[in-house]
Amino acid sequence: MNYCPDEVMEHVFDFITSHKDRNAVSLVCKSWYQIERSSRQKVFIGNCYAISPERVIERFPELKSLTLKGKPHFADFNLVPHDWGGFVYPWIEALANHRVGLEELRLKRMVVSDESLELLSKSFVNFKSLVLVSCEGFTTDGLAAIAANCRYLRELDLQENEVEDHKGHWISCFPESCTSLVSLNFACLKGEINLTALERLVARSPNLKSLRLNRAVPLEALQRILMRAPQLVDLGTGSFLHDPASEAYSKLKATLLKCNSIRTLSGFLEVSPRCLPAIYTVCQNLTSLNLSYAPGIHGNDMIKLIQHCRKLERLWILDCIGDKGLGVVASTCKELQELRVFPSDPYGVGNAAVTEEGLVAISAGCPKLHSLLYFCQQMTNAALITVAKNCSNFTRFRLCILDPTKPDPVTLQPLDEGFGAIVQSCKRLRRLSLSGLLTDQVFLYIGMYAEQLEMLSIAFAGDSDKGMLYVLNGCKNLRKLEIRDSPFGNKALSDDVGKYETMRSLWMSSCEVTLEGCKALAKNMPRLNVEIINEDDEVAPSSDDRQIVGKMYLYRTLVGPRKDAPWYVEIL
Amino acid sequence: MSPANLNESSDSDVGSLNFEETKLTLGLPGVECRGTAAESGGKSGVKRGFSNTIDLNLRSSSSGGDKRCGGENDVLGSAKPPAAKTQMVGWPPVRASRKNVMRSCKYVKVAVDGAPYLRKVDLEMYNSYQQLLGALEDMFSCFTIRNYLNERRIMDQVNGVEYVATYEDKDGDWMLVGDVPWKMFVEICKRLRLMKSSEAIGLEFILQEHLPRTQVQVEEEDICEGVTVAVQRLLVSFNLVPLV
Repeated sequence: MNYCPDEVMEHVFDFITSHKDRNAVSLVCKSWYQIERSSRQKVFIGNCYAISPERVIERFPELKSLTLKGKPHFADFNLVPHDWGGFVYPWIEALANHRVGLEELRLKRMVVSDESLELLSKSFVNFKSLVLVSCEGFTTDGLAAIAANCRYLRELDLQENEVEDHKGHWISCFPESCTSLVSLNFACLKGEINLTALERLVARSPNLKSLRLNRAVPLEALQRILMRAPQLVDLGTGSFLHDPASEAYSKLKATLLKCNSIRTLSGFLEVSPRCLPAIYTVCQNLTSLNLSYAPGIHGNDMIKLIQHCRKLERLWILDCIGDKGLGVVASTCKELQELRVFPSDPYGVGNAAVTEEGLVAISAGCPKLHSLLYFCQQMTNAALITVAKNCSNFTRFRLCILDPTKPDPVTLQPLDEGFGAIVQSCKRLRRLSLSGLLTDQVFLYIGMYAEQLEMLSIAFAGDSDKGMLYVLNGCKNLRKLEIRDSPFGNKALSDDVGKYETMRSLWMSSCEVTLEGCKALAKNMPRLNVEIINEDDEVAPSSDDRQIVGKMYLYRTLVGPRKDAPWYVEIL
Repeated sequence: MSPANLNESSDSDVGSLNFEETKLTLGLPGVECRGTAAESGGKSGVKRGFSNTIDLNLRSSSSGGDKRCGGENDVLGSAKPPAAKTQMVGWPPVRASRKNVMRSCKYVKVAVDGAPYLRKVDLEMYNSYQQLLGALEDMFSCFTIRNYLNERRIMDQVNGVEYVATYEDKDGDWMLVGDVPWKMFVEICKRLRLMKSSEAIGLEFILQEHLPRTQVQVEEEDICEGVTVAVQRLLVSFNLVPLV
């Protein structure tokens, strides 16, 4: 290339926003590396133990927005001990000490203490956006510090966090001068909220676009809030419980008529189904509807509601909808791109639950569908083959059969062929979760066809080491592999150890890997941390190398063994 | 991961509020039997008699059992799945936060003898027997339903048919609605049936046998909560009319 001034390149790079592309750009030459590093403002770190904060700050001095992830994904399902780690404090401390101009922090599965939030709120003058997803370790006192000290706060988004609630005081800590809020989500908080303070905050936030309330906000307050914020685009209701004959209800109905900006609707944590007609007017504009936290809506009420939502692109729902309801979705929501069906009764007494029938209907009716999470009672190969034919756009396909080793109920065969059809026809598949009776055959298909696969979740599947090896040898783009209760051992683990340096992490629990195998791997691969998690204190650690390891988590890292591991985590 | 381990961890995870509650409030013979039976999924041989349970029931409802939207523990406890059913840690792969929400969703079918259709109710929608029966009234509004406060059961004046609210518990036994505290009922009820009392002979027997005791407690409770009494004494009537 002819000479091109750095300033020009820098300007060009401004248009490159995705992390992947920026990473690629930085590898072209030394000059581009320099330009990229000094202009990058957004950094994504998929594992907080893969690198030290100091190194990140050194490389990206202009850093403004940081995304960090902590615990392994299986932590969501209680497979990772509570105090395993994933602390954000050292990161915030380092960022503060180096006077980074942080404006945005997004954390997932991290331990966030009140102390961290306090430090965060006082260290970064222009801090604007805090997004916490599945985090824990903090209380509403920490939120109060954020509210009180971050003068330019635009976004406070709390998704599925475990927050200890010290009453509704925090919401009153937003100063009168705080008028910059664009997004406020506290749906996961359990406690009371100061409604007066909330309503006043909403009233002085003209740019508020997204508001998700918690259970403690009643229908009357919702009505008053909507009066003040008819511009909302994203609404999460709290309680939607009232007498439909009441004045409050008719007021709400009238107010909702004016809320024609709403595109995303969620909440209904408590609901009286007879109040639902009030939202029908909103439904026609909706592109996203999340009723997965609304166990009170079911049967015909749910179906009636969905019939009003013709523009839906994203639908999250409980399986109370039934196969029949999914049929209605299929015939109503022609634009549907993402569907998640969660179990209303995860322990499977077998009341609600959907089956292959609903999924087939959806695949036939919603040709744009590309992302699926589907908890169901049963699945057949024939259905999966049909789904694969109907929708070849899947990038995410997560199927969870509640009974994890259930075969095809019609043929009693394993579901290998069905999942095989999915990976064969969905060329862009990036994420896949398997369940049901599965042999090594399914992994043969996955290794053969799933070229773009980045994350694979395996549970109770396979017959031998071969299964895992098909995946490791075949899926060139694999970044995260999580396996539980599957018969994969040392051979599978150590056949191609170089592979793990190209991946973010590997989780194996209740498999057949031994301590010996893990030690050998760790010895050969110094840039991997191999963690053995052994909570069961009856077994003395490393007493016998031939002992099968309960939980193993390995990840590549540039900083060596972490120092904050609890006693039951052994890092090899 | 042995089944035994899994079972244990699920127990400690969920807590056993209901059973504790039972123990605290009962103080009558048969308590221990019931407690252990419930936990081991025992059979009906050790079930409490109707009198014991109605006593329990009244007390628990007067001690705040009617609070709408109970605390987190209530939610956890009320939906504790049958312990006999082994659970795996982390399966199905649902977040804990989501489980808490979904636990508050429990559907059972409702059948009425003589009615040609079934309905479903979500027991978690209600906080007391009273609310449930109120909802059943709405649901089967084509029937005439009456709650008599001071009669043990209800007579359909026209046809002379009496109905008793019964439920199938997790052991598959048919019991009278009201025999356990509400929260425990929500947990163990598999389906509901409003049974013609002529067909509920066995259950009726229990009811008859303990009638005097029941009445004593009813009087105590009458002072504060007359309506609940009616409900707890299962006074529902369905006056069947031809369906269109």
